[in-house]
This record gives sequence, C-alpha cells and structure tokens, in this order.
Amino acid sequence: MTRVFVPGDAAALSVGAEEVAEALAREAPARGVSIEIIRNGSRGMFWLEPLVEVETAAGRIAYGPVAPADVPALLDGGLLEGKPGALCHGLTEAIPYLANQERLTFARCGVTDPFSLDDYRAHGGYRGLARALALTPAAIVEEVAASGLRGRGGAGFPTGIKWRTVLEQPAGQKYIVANADEGDSGTFADRMLMEGDPFLLIEGMTIAGIAVGATKGYIYIRSEYPHAFRAFSRAIHIAREAGLLGERVSGSAHAFDIEARLGAGAYICGEETSLLESLEGKRGLVRYRPPLPAIQGLFGQPTVVNNLLSFAAVPTILAEGAAFYANYGMGRSRGTMPLQLAGNMRRGGLVEKAFGITMRDAIEGFGGGTASGRPLRAVQVGGPLGAYLPESLLDTPIDYEALAAVGGMLGHGGIVVFDDTVDMARQARFAMEFCAAESCGKCTPCRIGSTRGVEVIDQVLARADVPANLALLDDLCEVLADASLCALGGLTPNPVRSALRHFPEDFDRAPAVTIAATSG
Amino acid sequence: MPKRDRWDASNGAGAPAPAAHWDEAPRVRALIAAYDGVPGALLPILHALQEDFGFIDARAVPLVAEGLNLSRAEVVGVIGFYADFREEPPGRHILKVCRAESCQAMGSEPLTGHVLDRLGVEMGGTTPDGAITVETVYCLGNCALSPAVMLDGRLHGRVSSATIDRLIAEARS
Ligand SMILES: Cc1cc2nc3c(=O)[nH]c(=O)nc-3n(C[C@H](O)[C@H](O)[C@H](O)COP(=O)(O)O)c2cc1C
Ligand code: SF4
Ligand code: FES
Repeated sequence: MTRVFVPGDAAALSVGAEEVAEALAREAPARGVSIEIIRNGSRGMFWLEPLVEVETAAGRIAYGPVAPADVPALLDGGLLEGKPGALCHGLTEAIPYLANQERLTFARCGVTDPFSLDDYRAHGGYRGLARALALTPAAIVEEVAASGLRGRGGAGFPTGIKWRTVLEQPAGQKYIVANADEGDSGTFADRMLMEGDPFLLIEGMTIAGIAVGATKGYIYIRSEYPHAFRAFSRAIHIAREAGLLGERVSGSAHAFDIEARLGAGAYICGEETSLLESLEGKRGLVRYRPPLPAIQGLFGQPTVVNNLLSFAAVPTILAEGAAFYANYGMGRSRGTMPLQLAGNMRRGGLVEKAFGITMRDAIEGFGGGTASGRPLRAVQVGGPLGAYLPESLLDTPIDYEALAAVGGMLGHGGIVVFDDTVDMARQARFAMEFCAAESCGKCTPCRIGSTRGVEVIDQVLARADVPANLALLDDLCEVLADASLCALGGLTPNPVRSALRHFPEDFDRAPAVTIAATSG
Repeated sequence: MPKRDRWDASNGAGAPAPAAHWDEAPRVRALIAAYDGVPGALLPILHALQEDFGFIDARAVPLVAEGLNLSRAEVVGVIGFYADFREEPPGRHILKVCRAESCQAMGSEPLTGHVLDRLGVEMGGTTPDGAITVETVYCLGNCALSPAVMLDGRLHGRVSSATIDRLIAEARS
C-alpha cells in the first residue's frame, strides 16, 4: 500500500490540507488503488502547503501547493508513483530550502506521524531520556550547561544555570513549566512542534524533571492555539498509556507527569512570572523579583520555566552529547536556532540553522525576498518588542550578541519582513498601542506611558507640532525603558526608537514652519 | 480590546450578588466539582464554563468563588483581566482577525476594513442578526501564511477579501 503524507498541522489545514486529504481518500480508491494517508506535521515550507508527499523506493516525493481540485489530475499524472509533473518538487529532502538547513530540533517534524511512539522511537526518539536515566541529576544538568544552550523564549539565559539553581534547592515539590504562550508575531515554531513532534517536548520536559527533581510539569499553551492544545493533550495521553509519563517513567524510579493548560488571550502571560500567576489561577500580573522563579516559582516552589524550544533541544543534547550540540553555532550562541520567516516573505517558513547565518541569507537565500516582489524596506526581528532594522543591516549575523550590537534582539526567532509600502510611523504607533493593550497594569510607565505614546504619535501623524511631539516621544521612551518592571514596557521603545532612527523620513510629516503657524 | 484595559477590575465593583434561583446552578456546580483538588483551577473552570455557555454568566461568579474558596471580587478580577472571557453572549460564530505585525505586512488592515464593511459592525461587535461577532487577535501562529483569521477556532491562511466573503456566507447559511 502506498503511503501518502498530508500534514495535519494547523497552518497546513488553514490552506486546505483537510480537503486535500479527503480528495485523496476519495479519488485514489476510485482509481482502484488503496493508499494509506498519514497526517504528519508540517515540514515548515509553508509556501508549498498543502504539501503532499508520496513514499517511493527513492524516497519521499513532494507536491505542492496542492488544491483539492488538483488531486484527480495529480493522481492521473502518476502522483502515487512519484512521477514528475506540475507541482512536483522531486525528493522532499533535496528541496534546497530543507537540504540547506541544520535540523536538530525539527529533525522529525513533518517526517513522522506525530502520534506514533513507534515512529518517534524509530527516528531516534527517547534516546536522550535513556541516557539521562543512566546519569545522576547533576550530570544531566552539567551536560545541558556544557552544550551552551540558551533559552529560546527571548532572554537567552543559559538553561544549564537555571536548572542548576533549581537542582540545588532543597528536595520537595518542584515544578517544570513549559512556556508555550508564543505571543510574538512572526513566530510559530512552538506551535509546529506541539502539533508535529509532541513527544520531543514530552521527552525534554521529562529529562528536565529528572534533572532537577521535579515530578510535575505544566505546559501553558496560548488559547489562540486550540489545535495545538488538542494535539499536545492527545500526545500526553498516549505517553501516559505507554508508561512514559506517570509514577515510573520508562520503568525507572522517577515519577513525572505533565498537565496542559490553556492561556486566555493575554500576551503578558508569556512573561514567566505572569505565566506562573496565571497558572495559579490569578490575573497575570508580573511579579517583582527576587525571588527568582527557580527559587520560588509556581505555588511558591522551585520551578524551571523554559520556552518549549529550550526543552525540545535537550533530548538531542543528551542523546548526542553536549559537544555535538555546542559544535554548531558561533561565539556565545551555541547550537541551532529555529528561525521563522514571516510577513511579506516569498517563501515563509521554518528554517533551523546554526547560529551565525546572516539575516540576508535567511531572508533572501531561504525566504526568496518579499512576497510582493517590491523592495524590502524593514525587518522586525524578535517579535513586537524587537527593533525594526533597515536593509543595510541585513548582513548582521544571527547571534544574540551580534544582533544586540546593532540594537536588535533575536527573541524567539521570528523575522517579519515589510516591503516599501510600509509606513514606519504607523508601525511605531502600533508598538505603543500593543503595549497599551497588553500591559498588565502593574506599573505606571507602561500602563500610562504607552497610551500617551499612542496619542503623541497620533499628533505626529496629524502633522501637529512634529518636533515637539517627537521630543516628547523620546522622553516617553526613556521613561518606559528605565522605569518599567518588565520587558513589555521596557522594550517597547525598541521598535519605536529604531523606526525613528532608521526611517526618520516617515516621521517628517510636515514642514516645521506650517506647524509653528498653526499651533502658535 | 477594552477588556485588556480593565486591569483594575479587581476592586470588585460590580461583583454580582448571589443568584437565589438559577436553573443552571446545578450544572455549574457539577462543572466546578470536576476540578476538585486541581491546584490553580480558576482558568480551566472559566474556560469550561465559557465552552459550555458561550460566555461567563454573572450568576456563575458566586458559585465559582464559593467552589474555589475565593472572594467574588477575585473571580471578577480574573474574568476582567483576560481578553478571552466574555461577560455577554457572543454571536453564533466568532471571527477573529489577526492584526499583528506579520499580518500587517500582508495587508491585514485593508482586510479588517473589508470584514467590518461586510458585516456592518465595529471591531468587537456582533451583527444585528446575531450571526457573527468579530474580534481582533494578535497573532494566530500562521505568520508564514499571513494574513490569517480564525473562524470558530478554525484557522485560515492566505486570506483574501474573497475568502472573507466565503467564510461570512458559510457562517450565515
Ligand atoms: C512581555 C513578555 C512576553 C514573553 N513571552 C514569551 C513567550 O511567549 N514565550 C516564551 O517562551 N517566553 C516569553 N517571554 C520570556 C519569558 O519571560 C522567559 O524568559 C522564558 O520563558 C524563559 O525560558 P527560556 O530561558 O527557555 O527562554 C516573554 C517575556 C516578556 C517580558
Ligand atoms: S512593564 Fe507593563 S506589563 Fe510589565 S509589569 Fe509593568 S505594567 Fe506590567
Ligand atoms: S501575525 Fe497574524 S498570524 Fe501571526
């Protein structure tokens, strides 16, 4: 029986993958052939979704983007034999976009059936846990530390150091919390993994639990991801049934279980202390620190909070060794980073590469430039709190420190491209508006300052007293940056100031003379 | 998203009085009981209530407070803090339009204009026939296929005005 792969990933479904799978299930038998349709995750080549793959003796052959109406002709043209033709891209693994990546974390995503433990194991799954079970907790932590892994949620804090702190706390109830709030625009890597390779995450969280002595894990999934929530909950159930979660993980003496929780539409709940409040059933107000969550986190207990991608890197580090992982990357940015190409991008998708690839290679090499075909004008890296960078900075390598040196930040790895129709003053306004909408309200600069920021930019847009209002805007940014409790208020000046610095012409709304005349 | 500005809802003003007779009270109590012993169960309970009733009925608040040993003000504060929780019944269908940066770069603002025009409502509003409520969302995780919308929990990508017209027609039929 021929095996055909049609992704069950939410993004693939968003452009008709379900209807394509239905058409295949209907049309193939009508031609007297029986096929097995496997609902894999996405390969992350979203411009080709829905991507249909057919297993042949030579390997998997890719077709895409396939519309339901294309199915009869594709079948008649020899799709099931992997014959070339319209929409055919040859061997999936040979498509340059994939072939040129260094996939460690996403090695299985799109390849396997996400809910098959056999498939997971056949592709290297649970080797990391097996090795961890043979080590002492301290040795697991040291392995993670030696890999150089830094948190993939935004702040880039060394994961090993965080785990060591939790390990060193006195024994008692400790927690593992996976941050799957993924609120940054331009990011979807967490979602892809939850839907496309959930056992990887379960394995990573389990290793973390064993390493620090935590028996309970939570994963906090944003409510905008109902599909991922269902997929991940299903995977937890399967792992539990198979004895991979529960009282005796994999037959060992270690207990570990995971509970999936839904967020409720608050960007701030991605901030780790706000997230912990939310898990405790409260409003997501950011906590003062100290204490660090590693010392007093969930329900006051020592807690490891990591981004989902940080946990997902761990099974590879344990299975292959710290040195293997650390061999990728540059400087103090070790390993690989799942980049997410989005916005006005011809070939949007997931690109996992060792640190050090330049933004240009990512955007032009992989992404193929803008979707509109117009000149690229600005790039926002690292989500809504990231700086807007001009084309002239595209040769900056993707590395925590190199990006910081040009005023940028990597964040969760989202890269959003804008063409030359963008109005950067409007983007700056949006940054302030977003901060105002999402502020937790705990501190005045953020809550009030961002609202004032919107008003001031509105004045600029209305050409009222531009120089004075721009000076006021700068003051507001100063206050936000210096006096906010957390990075929502603290980093909102990033997109605003970078827009001003790199695209001043967009703020130069009216000649100063006219303003003096009308406002005087 | 006015709810997000209601950070000070915790003062408890407007916390409703206990409902003496409410037919749904047993159903609500049963639903709360299902979370017995679950730490920090308030959000899961509110999600379950909303899933069941479509919104969080004010009459459920005292029952939730009682079940979790919280003050009513605390429950009201939490409902007010999170954009997801509705205090009024929405339309039969909920259309969420993504207006975050990646979708902006692919024309989400003109698309939003089209949606509001077609529905004849303001953002956050419900059509007079009660068919569709339209809301802003900041990112649906479909940024490689921007612009994106979500209708009743189902994601749509590469959305054009024609897609919107089709979705609206389907929702209304
Ligand atoms: C406003 C704000 C939003 C955040 N959103 C997220 C998020 O969605 N996902 C995430 O993993 N980290 C997010 N973070 C970072 C977390 O606070 C925290 O640093 C991270 O979860 C730690 O995990 P890591 O070390 O593995 O990155 C956010 C931080 C701030 C200030
Ligand atoms: S900066 Fe904003 S979001 Fe962060 S704690 Fe202060 S008010 Fe809350
Ligand atoms: S910004 Fe719209 S889906 Fe991410």
